[in-house]
Amino acid sequence: MEADLIVTCLNKEFGSFRAVEEVSFSVAKGEFFSILGPSGCGKTTLLRMIAGFEEPSSGDLLIGGRSMRGITPDKRPVNLVFQHLALFPMMNVAENIAFGLKRRRVAAAEIRRRTDEVLERVELPGFGDKRIHQLSGGQKQRVAIARCLVLDPSVLLLDEPLGALDLKLRQQMKVELKKLQAKVGTTFIYITHDQSEALVMSDRVAVMNRGRFEQIGSPQQLYNDPTTPFVAGFVGDSNLWTGVVVEKDGEAVKVLTDEGFVFHCRQRGGSGRSRVTLFLRPEAMIIEPIDRAGLNIFQVTVKSILFDGANSRLLTATAAGHELLVALPQNRAFDHIAPATEITLGWHPKTGIAFELLDQP
Amino acid sequence: MKRSGMFWIFITPVLLWLVLLIFLPHLDLLLLSFRGDASWTLDNYRNFFTEPIYWLTFVRTALYSIITTLLTLILALPVALYVTKIAKPGLRGFLMVLLMLPFWVSELVRIYGWMILLRESGVLNYFLQSLGLTNQPVEMLYNDATMIMGLVYTSMLFMVIPLVSVMDSLDNSLIEAACDLGASKICIWRTIIIPHCKPGIVSGSIVVFMLVLGNYLTPNLMGGKNSLWFTEQIYNQFIASFNWNQGAAFGFLLLVLSSAIIWLGLKLTGQRLGELSS
Ligand SMILES: Nc1ncnc2c1ncn2[C@@H]1O[C@H](COP(=O)(O)OP(=O)(O)OP(=O)(O)O)[C@@H](O)[C@H]1O
Ligand SMILES: [Mg+2]
Repeated sequence: MEADLIVTCLNKEFGSFRAVEEVSFSVAKGEFFSILGPSGCGKTTLLRMIAGFEEPSSGDLLIGGRSMRGITPDKRPVNLVFQHLALFPMMNVAENIAFGLKRRRVAAAEIRRRTDEVLERVELPGFGDKRIHQLSGGQKQRVAIARCLVLDPSVLLLDEPLGALDLKLRQQMKVELKKLQAKVGTTFIYITHDQSEALVMSDRVAVMNRGRFEQIGSPQQLYNDPTTPFVAGFVGDSNLWTGVVVEKDGEAVKVLTDEGFVFHCRQRGGSGRSRVTLFLRPEAMIIEPIDRAGLNIFQVTVKSILFDGANSRLLTATAAGHELLVALPQNRAFDHIAPATEITLGWHPKTGIAFELLDQP
Repeated sequence: MKRSGMFWIFITPVLLWLVLLIFLPHLDLLLLSFRGDASWTLDNYRNFFTEPIYWLTFVRTALYSIITTLLTLILALPVALYVTKIAKPGLRGFLMVLLMLPFWVSELVRIYGWMILLRESGVLNYFLQSLGLTNQPVEMLYNDATMIMGLVYTSMLFMVIPLVSVMDSLDNSLIEAACDLGASKICIWRTIIIPHCKPGIVSGSIVVFMLVLGNYLTPNLMGGKNSLWFTEQIYNQFIASFNWNQGAAFGFLLLVLSSAIIWLGLKLTGQRLGELSS
């Protein structure tokens, strides 16, 4: 696959503070690539370096095979959708969209044609004469994207564009944005701190923490095979145990948890040091399993039922008082479960992952 | 009942002020301007149009006021941008104080400051001569260019302050977005910054224009004999010639002139006076 954007060993320092550290990745043409990370981890700084608003301290950046060092933002074949959209309030929708084309001295008739066409594509036909303040949040969103798309950028950068919207609209725009990207085929680099946005929309996701990329992979890989404890903890929910490895056979290990359970699970990397943290997803635990062969089995007491439709959970506790979240399928098979009942849980060794305990959390 | 009582308590001082200090004196002046030696007459206004020195000074004053306003605007825009967008937040207060510092002394002292700098035996001439750039002292005072410079200097603050407050409300990301979409620096000024700052530009320009048009001290001291300003004509009529009727007519013409130019300026830029406060 042809790479549209190649970033190698990019660094950015603000004084003595390193906001972006040794970041390398490449994005293929037409890919939807997300960068996911907690607030303040350096996502915006990275994006601004790609757009040209910040000069990297070191490292290189290639777009379409051309190095971008020393090239100003107005000359780069990328466009940025700002966190707060930055639509021009002094112009109407059509003028906003035509802004970039006018700067390229496109003929007026051609501008009209392309503006109408892109408004059609983002499903806002006939909105050209509206003022910006007359639009709803979702419509502003699409105008901001249209304003960039009309220029046919090789890469479209989006900085948490859904951040300002309310939850309901965000859910809806998530699906629309994915559909739009599939339709136009432009490479998207999408920044977010919302994991569900990243997982739903992206072809690949990079998880960022404290200026570094922890892992790059498909949403499934990140969820099922995290390579670092940060990724395991940040993407999706997990139950945690600490313990020691007592037996090791390649990836398969036997862990004795601090509260006395013996679990079979997988270990990621590392050896020698035997203290580990074990991560287990709530939906990996099977309630009252019938075929118990090869499963890790233990008893818990139900503390309460957290009903949330398809996303319902049980809050349970082990004999030692360790609280665990367990997914509760709404298939009527578990209607008998009530608070204070004791239940048996089982989980497959493949679904639990142990990471060597870090010195600092 | 009670509310209307409160209303009158608050409105009375304003009304008194308007009637006693603005309305009555102007009414008196208006009557004076139509009085001849003994009877009602239009002579005072007719004099203005028949005597070229009067209306030439009038046109000159208007033209120079417009030029001064434009120059002040052109200088103040980058200053305001620097203060609001480029300077570090810590430096900002310091810069504002620097801008206001000259206004802590009276206009008279400020003008004399310039005269000390610029006159034939002044500081600037001393340096020019000691550097060997000129043999003879250059007369830098008493010409139109110096007078306009003095007027721009006096007006600067009244333009910068409204501009700083509108530029403050300009979102930086708008400028970056324009740059990202391929706009050059000049284009960003034209399409983003100036349209956003329009209310500040209009109100600053009105204030500066009024101040310059009605200024007496600076044109009188820095402009010298050939740089007549219309306010000097009014002064001459009242004080030197003791012709209050003529002076009142001139005063009214100045009022009409300034109102007309401001009305025209608002028309040309498509602004309305009521929108300026928003
Ligand atoms: N101009 C700057 N000078 C100094 N430090 C900066 C500057 N810009 C960003 N930083 C620091 O760099 C770090 C990363 O900032 P950045 O804006 O990239 O975070 P982010 O991942 O986009 O966070 P968020 O999700 O909250 O937008 C922060 O700790 C911030 O304080
Ligand atoms: Mg950010």
